[in-house]
Amino acid sequence: SGGVRCGLCVLSLSRAPRRYYGYIFGRSWPQRSHRPLGARAEPELLELQVVIESADPGCQSFPHLGSSEAYHLTIAEPVAVLKADEVWGALRGLETFSQLVYEDDYGSFLVNESEIDDFPRFAHRGILLDTSRHYLPLQSILTNLDAMAFNKFNVFHWHIVDDQSFPYQSIFFPELSDKGAYSYKHIYTPDDVRLVIEYARLRGIRVIPEFDTPGHTESWGKGQKDLLTPCYNGEEPTGSFGPVNPILNTTYEFMTKFFKEITSVFPDAYIHLGGDEVNFNCWKSNPEVKAFMQKQGFGIDYAKLESYYVQKILDIVSSYNKGYIVWQEVFDNKAQLKSDTVVQVWMANNYAYELSRVTAAGLTAILAAPWYLDYISYGQDWKKYYSVEPLNFPGSEKQKKLIIGGEACLWGEFVDATNLTPRLWPRASAVGERLWSSKNVTNLQDAYQRLTNHRCRML
Amino acid sequence: SENEPPWGIPCTQLDVFVATPGCDGFPSLDSKESYKLSVLEGSLLLSADTVWGALRGLETFSQLVGRDENGTYYINETEIVDFPRFPHRGLLLDTSRHYLPLRAILETLDVMAYNKFNVFHWHIVDDPSFPYESSTFPELSKQGAFNAMTHVYTASDVQTVIEYARLRGIRVIVEFDTPGHTLSWGPGAPGLLTPCYSGKDPSGTYGPINPILNSTYQFVTDLFKEVSTVFPDFFLHLGGDEVDFTCWKSNPQIRAFMEEMGFGEDYRKLESLYIQRLLDIISSLSKGYIVWQEVFDNEVKVRPDTIIHVWKEKPTLYMEEMANVTKAGYRALLSAPWYLNRISYGQDWIAAYQVEPLNFKGVPEQKDLVVGGEACMWGEYVDVTNLTPRLW
Repeated sequence: SGGVRCGLCVLSLSRAPRRYYGYIFGRSWPQRSHRPLGARAEPELLELQVVIESADPGCQSFPHLGSSEAYHLTIAEPVAVLKADEVWGALRGLETFSQLVYEDDYGSFLVNESEIDDFPRFAHRGILLDTSRHYLPLQSILTNLDAMAFNKFNVFHWHIVDDQSFPYQSIFFPELSDKGAYSYKHIYTPDDVRLVIEYARLRGIRVIPEFDTPGHTESWGKGQKDLLTPCYNGEEPTGSFGPVNPILNTTYEFMTKFFKEITSVFPDAYIHLGGDEVNFNCWKSNPEVKAFMQKQGFGIDYAKLESYYVQKILDIVSSYNKGYIVWQEVFDNKAQLKSDTVVQVWMANNYAYELSRVTAAGLTAILAAPWYLDYISYGQDWKKYYSVEPLNFPGSEKQKKLIIGGEACLWGEFVDATNLTPRLWPRASAVGERLWSSKNVTNLQDAYQRLTNHRCRML
Repeated sequence: SENEPPWGIPCTQLDVFVATPGCDGFPSLDSKESYKLSVLEGSLLLSADTVWGALRGLETFSQLVGRDENGTYYINETEIVDFPRFPHRGLLLDTSRHYLPLRAILETLDVMAYNKFNVFHWHIVDDPSFPYESSTFPELSKQGAFNAMTHVYTASDVQTVIEYARLRGIRVIVEFDTPGHTLSWGPGAPGLLTPCYSGKDPSGTYGPINPILNSTYQFVTDLFKEVSTVFPDFFLHLGGDEVDFTCWKSNPQIRAFMEEMGFGEDYRKLESLYIQRLLDIISSLSKGYIVWQEVFDNEVKVRPDTIIHVWKEKPTLYMEEMANVTKAGYRALLSAPWYLNRISYGQDWIAAYQVEPLNFKGVPEQKDLVVGGEACMWGEYVDVTNLTPRLW
């Protein structure tokens, strides 16, 4: 039999016990199960009690970077107890509990007496999905959030728009998706976005959207005239466009209004602002941009122009009381960053040294560089993901504390709903364990045994 | 004017004309797959020599039909005369490294038909598991399958595959790979595999099929008698690849046999002995055979109508192998550049597309001996959860 009581969270998160009942017993609650004929008369576990200790358990709120995900699980006859400070820990503990229950050959459900004290090593454990290179239907995103919960991931980094398409249906600027999405069917409406955020919340997963600028913005130009820089060939515009135009006031008026919407639609304390791979060629070709460079005294150092733009955007977003995450170039090109900026290190070459530099400057960092899971190759590549040690870089203890976690990235150039799940999983599970478990959990043979079981469980 | 419908008279039927009846038969290597498709206003005609050509033409026809923004189905006037360059266009699935449920195999056959593939090379058993339910030797799958209840192909399953394939003009060529790749055969056929030795004592592990026992050849005869009846295609794939000699070398009885036969230390001669006897058995069952390239490389005497399957990408460039095989007068099948299980990042379809199977030094008669090729999806990292997006 089984029953789960959630002490303080009757409304919002009571779905978790119901959901986990289904995972454990393979059928819906609250059917009473009967002991199958011929089953042994063992000590019975009648109930799993879930106790959330904090005065504000967090059931009605959103998870955040500082949330407590620790839990204590005691499995003993006749009542097992799952204790956590906050509901987020209870969710992690429920996942663990569901993994401990197994079925014998007679159809009985068994669980071993256990005492588990668990908490994550890193607070930011994310998965990046890219819905611009290929649109991902809502179902793919939701299924992926389930898979993330099975692996205790707690951040969905939604790289929602990019050069190729703009599927985000903006309320203030409907033309962006009207003109920029692949088709009217390939969009995320405000309802879709709300659904994703709530589905994630119920699994203790933060949704951090990324609106990457000033590069990676070709699709924005379709629905927003004069946002992008016109490229020139000599005196004449070529007809093609480059990054966001950093010299026009209209650009910043647009961004102010646009991010007002974004910061209210997405409840997380952080927004990812991108800032990677800005190609300077178009700016260099544009006479007005060149004139602006002169006026500002930037000479021919276009990194200064990029930083000028980025800083203005950061200020806009800060004014809405959001923190921001940026790709490493923003730091590398010496923009002025607030002290609570998170820098995402993605360039594979010498990433350990980048981690040193970022943390030496007192900024927090998340690591993605060794975990680009879209880079498929033949064989057991999960091993190389598992073997990454994020704190293996030259630096003081204080610096190491500034690594708040990492992300497995599944860029979408060759990914859509037809292949997302088998491409991402169970390889991403290796990253999930690396980010949750202790530094000394590194044995590949042991991990292999558990990973094969875990994969079958996820199926 | 704007109000006129852009399309002409609606077409109401496609007439299919087949010169030689044969709907109840099985496709073969010699089947004609040519067809003519004529789409004219008021007349749609698909004509072919055989029903197999008609199937190819139907696939083409289905690809020509478009749909406009109003939902109208349309087809452009067109005249097509089409036939395949190579008669053997195959796909290999491996159901031993991971079991593939019936629906995965049937789905693959559908997609093969969309791509005009006409051979399903069923690499059905291997070291890790033996899912084929044999009526002569039921213990083989009972002991050798991953799960004898859930991870097997019953006689009915096999017939389902063969018929499903036939209806799509696809031949099913089954492969029972020996003498290597046979670990899973051991538990259900005690005495079949060679016991390996550690010094004077058996180590407890086993190697390839034991080539020196009469019981081996009796077993092989009985098994292939069954297989020859179950699978209607003229060809069987007999494997013969990657035979590891270490175990044979360690076994004292085998070493004694080598002495007796005057083979010295050349274990390829022992391998040849086995293969030759196997080929004789298969011939006596009136079947033709395909073998992996090692059988040719190790100079086994094979029948002139043997097809050699070229798969090694290194150390010899596979084109050299194709030249050598055809120079010796054997027909060749190419798979070496088409191991689709070897995934890599990016548009690797381009490398597969750019392969020119006849890019080797040889006279036209040699080139004529290349009957086609096969894309291979080995199963070490493949099961039903990822087969389709990995293969297509």
